Amino acid sequence: MSQQRHARARAAIALLTVVLLATPPLRRTLEASMTLQMLVQLPLLALLGAWLAAALPARLGTALAAWDRGGCSGLLLASVAALPWMLPRALDAAVDLPWVALVKFAGVPLLIGAPFALSWPRMGFVLRGVFCMEAVATCFRLGWLYLVAPQSLCSNYLIDDQRRLGQWLLAIGLALCVALLGKLLAGRFDTRGSGADPPDRP
Amino acid sequence: MSSLLRTLLLDLFIVAAGGATLHAASDGLRAFTTESARRLAIREAPRALPALRLQADDGSFIDLRDYRGRWLLVDFIYTRCQSYCSVLGGDFAQLQDRLAQPLAQGRLHLLSISFDPQHDDPARLVAYRRRFADRGHGWSAARPVDAAELATLTQAFGIKVIADGQGGYVHNASIMLVDPQGRLVDVFDAGAAGVVAGAVQQWLLR
Repeated sequence: MSQQRHARARAAIALLTVVLLATPPLRRTLEASMTLQMLVQLPLLALLGAWLAAALPARLGTALAAWDRGGCSGLLLASVAALPWMLPRALDAAVDLPWVALVKFAGVPLLIGAPFALSWPRMGFVLRGVFCMEAVATCFRLGWLYLVAPQSLCSNYLIDDQRRLGQWLLAIGLALCVALLGKLLAGRFDTRGSGADPPDRP
Repeated sequence: MSSLLRTLLLDLFIVAAGGATLHAASDGLRAFTTESARRLAIREAPRALPALRLQADDGSFIDLRDYRGRWLLVDFIYTRCQSYCSVLGGDFAQLQDRLAQPLAQGRLHLLSISFDPQHDDPARLVAYRRRFADRGHGWSAARPVDAAELATLTQAFGIKVIADGQGGYVHNASIMLVDPQGRLVDVFDAGAAGVVAGAVQQWLLR
C-alpha cells in the first residue's frame, strides 16, 4: 500500500532527523539559548515522534487502541511526560548530563509526540477542548513565570533569554487563544466524537 | 476486559509513574532549579572537597587543604565584575566586622577565589579586596593555578560560569561554608551578610 510506504519513509526521515538533532553541532546551536531549546528543539522532537508513530504497523495500532479508549491514555502519557520539561533544572540537566540528554532525545519523541499523535484521532470533542485550554493555560503560566522571575532560573542561561522565552510563550498562548476562538466561531465540529473509536459505543 | 477498564488501569499506572518521575526529578518537589538542587544536596550530604592548588594574592602557592582545621567561607568572583561580585565583595567586608572574633582567633577564614585566573593576577586580587575596604584581617583572595585546577574547582563547588555576551560572566553567586574537615556544608545567598554571619555563629557553636 503506497500510503503505508509513504508513512514508513517519513518515519525513517524522522528517525534520521532525531539522530541529526542529537549531533554536537545541532545540539550546541539549539541548546545555546533557553528559548531555542524549549520552543524549537523540544517541539521538533515531539513532532518527529508523531511521524514515527504514523508508521506503526496496523495490528499494533489496533492492540494499543484497546488500552486507549477515547484517546485518554495517550493524552495522559504525553502530558505526564511533558511535565518534567517544564522544570528549569531539566533544561539545565539536558545540557550538562549525557544521560538526561539521552532521555530527552528518546523520551520526547516516543513518550510525548508519538502517544499524542496516536491518540488525537481517538479523542472526542470534550477531551480535545480540555487539552487545548490546558495548552493555552500552560503557555500563560510558564510565560508569566519566566517573565517575572527576578533571577535566572537556569544556571546555563541568561535572564534576558528567560524573559524572551516568557514573551514568546505569552505570544504563543495568545495566538492559540485566537485560533481556538476562530475555530469555535467559524469552524465545524463533530461533537459526537471522532468516529475512529467506535468499538463498544452504544 | 473491556477497553474502558483497560484504559482506566493503564491511566492509573501512567499517573503513578509520572508522579514518581516528577517527584524524583524535583527532589520531592523541593528543588525546581539547578541551584536549589545544588544547595539541597550540599545541606543533606556535606561534600568532601578535593585537593586544589591555588595562588594566593601574596603570590604564594597554597592548597585548599591547608585551611583544614578551621572554618572557611568561600565565594567565587572575577575582579572585572560590576554586579554580583561587588555584592559579594561588600558581603565579605561586612563579615570581617560581624565575625571579627572568630576571624581574629583563627577559627575562621574568608577566601575569594577567582574563576578568571588569566586576568586576575595577585596584584588585581589585592586591588579587589582593597576596593571593598578590606579590614586587613582574615580575608584573602586566590586564583586556580591552571585551567585543569579551575575545572576541578568549579566541579567540586558546583559553580556554573557562563559568558554574559558583553565580555563578562554570569555565575551562580553565593557564599559557601566549608567545615574544618574540608567538607562543603552550607550555601548562602549573596547580599545577605547578616544571615551568613548568624548561620556561621550557629555552626561555630555546634
